Amino acid sequence: MTETVTRAQLSEAVYQEVGLSRNESADLVESVLDEIADALASGDMVKISSFGSFAVRSKGERIGRNPKTGEEVPILPRKVLVFRASHVLKSRINERFENGAKG
Amino acid sequence: MTKSELIQRLAERNPHLYQRDVEKIVTTIFDEITEALARGDRVELRGFGAFSVKRRDARTGRNPRTGESVDVDEKVIPFFKTGKQLRERLNTDE
Repeated sequence: MTETVTRAQLSEAVYQEVGLSRNESADLVESVLDEIADALASGDMVKISSFGSFAVRSKGERIGRNPKTGEEVPILPRKVLVFRASHVLKSRINERFENGAKG
Repeated sequence: MTKSELIQRLAERNPHLYQRDVEKIVTTIFDEITEALARGDRVELRGFGAFSVKRRDARTGRNPRTGESVDVDEKVIPFFKTGKQLRERLNTDE
């Protein structure tokens, strides 16, 4: 079964590992996400070694199509976030396949 | 911004914490996300984004230089979908 990990589990892990209060652990998880979001919003790239990097890419305008009506609509220029996983992360998530065990 | 710069910024904003604790906090967060993905789980951080893994079937690939066939095993790749709030923030002038 696929489970979903949220801020709650990340805060719990910080609480267990670092020994701050549960409240402060939750605040710090939020601060980490905020710092990353702030850097990206200012156009900066964020590189987390052995995890991956986040970069903002600018996309030009293009003509899209409403799939339902077939109508052409312009897609305005916009910025998108791209995540590139590091080799460490990629090999870590593939470990269970390498042993030929559970899929 | 690198991981060490991230740690630096957090340490400056939290002068009551030891630098080594700030380091541990950042490392723990990314380790937890990695562990979750390694189990095949999804990590959903509302407003920021969601990490998940996608399966890629085994296939026969080709070495683009030599044209030689190579068997590529089934594998999973990490995937990140930007959260609505962050996506909107990237597109507003600050």
